[in-house]
Amino acid sequence: MLKYKIAIASGKGGTGKTTVSVNLFYTLQKTLNQKIQLVDCDVEEPNINLFTKGRLQSSQDVNIKIPVIDKDKCVYCGDCAAACAYNAILFVKSISHIAVLEDLCHGCGACSYVCNQPNVIIEKDKKLGVVNTFFLPNGGELIEGKIEIGTALAVPVIGKTLKATDENSLRIIDAPPGTSCPVMETIKEADFVVLVTEPTPFGLNDLKLMIGTVRKLGRKFGVVINRAGLGDDAIYEYLQNENIELLMEIPFDKNLARIYSEGKIIVEEIPEMFEKYTLLFEKIKIDLNETDSDC
Amino acid sequence: MKVAITALEKSKTSKMDPRFGRCAYFAIYDSVTKQFSFHENEAKDAQGGAGPKAAEQIVNLGVNKLLSSDFGPKAKSALDSMGIEMLVYSDEEKTVEQILLENC
Repeated sequence: MLKYKIAIASGKGGTGKTTVSVNLFYTLQKTLNQKIQLVDCDVEEPNINLFTKGRLQSSQDVNIKIPVIDKDKCVYCGDCAAACAYNAILFVKSISHIAVLEDLCHGCGACSYVCNQPNVIIEKDKKLGVVNTFFLPNGGELIEGKIEIGTALAVPVIGKTLKATDENSLRIIDAPPGTSCPVMETIKEADFVVLVTEPTPFGLNDLKLMIGTVRKLGRKFGVVINRAGLGDDAIYEYLQNENIELLMEIPFDKNLARIYSEGKIIVEEIPEMFEKYTLLFEKIKIDLNETDSDC
Repeated sequence: MKVAITALEKSKTSKMDPRFGRCAYFAIYDSVTKQFSFHENEAKDAQGGAGPKAAEQIVNLGVNKLLSSDFGPKAKSALDSMGIEMLVYSDEEKTVEQILLENC
């Protein structure tokens, strides 16, 4: 039983993270006889289920605790505002003004902790998003994090999404784009990170940022080049110079784009692509079995 | 009355800084004492919530009326809730001294 956590990430958006996640999942679901979970951590716009067409099985809320200040009991000492690292408490002593700015609150609880007056700060739940579990027609499971519209805090939703996954399964985790906190939350405990990019100046620039991130987090990783044939050779030179493994290339092919746009699964339509993804997983397995973590 | 404007530099000849929350300085004119004063915006490098933090400083400086080209939504509601009069003002040519004297 394989229990790997394989995250699919990219600095640049729109390089094909979800495509790689979904197709790797379908390939493994066909070839491995064990539990596999597909995990959508792109919580601002989770779109995996457009392809997997799963049935919603369960849904749980993701909440944080935010402070409510009783202004009649408050002594306006300002300790809570001083303790807030996110400037989420507006406080001016001279005019006895105090207010919680809910949008800025990260729910850390520091204000309640430092308040030395009884019952001045009470905490209430604020809903940030949901974690949905879908049962898929091919027998697999999709765990999907989804943030509430108008909320900016993706990290707690991603954390809860990953927590809701089964530790005894092989997990394919679709990360959000970029290199910021939500991405780091998604990949920080992954056994392997597949970086999807495209051979363009934008793809290369953001790939470099992403490689800096995975190296800092000490993750094993390799690169998949999507839309190979487009752009230039700079990315290949970079990978060679940096001694980074090129795991797979997906050709720049109108037929693949058409299958994708129809919401179909590429590995189910094109046998050569199924073989490519089988090989991709073999390479990942070899990398994971290597004891040398310096990659 | 104290009138403030967001400023790029710490002088009367400075041009206005178009932003509020992350402006470099606040230039203040006191119409009673006829004095100008300049204050570094303590919130300009805040990771988040620069607008409300700058609003706190404005209130602590005793400002009644504030001029800037752009108030963010959080800054605006914070300033509103503390009774500061805001004036959306834009001029790249005049000095902050000229603008403050015209608007006090």
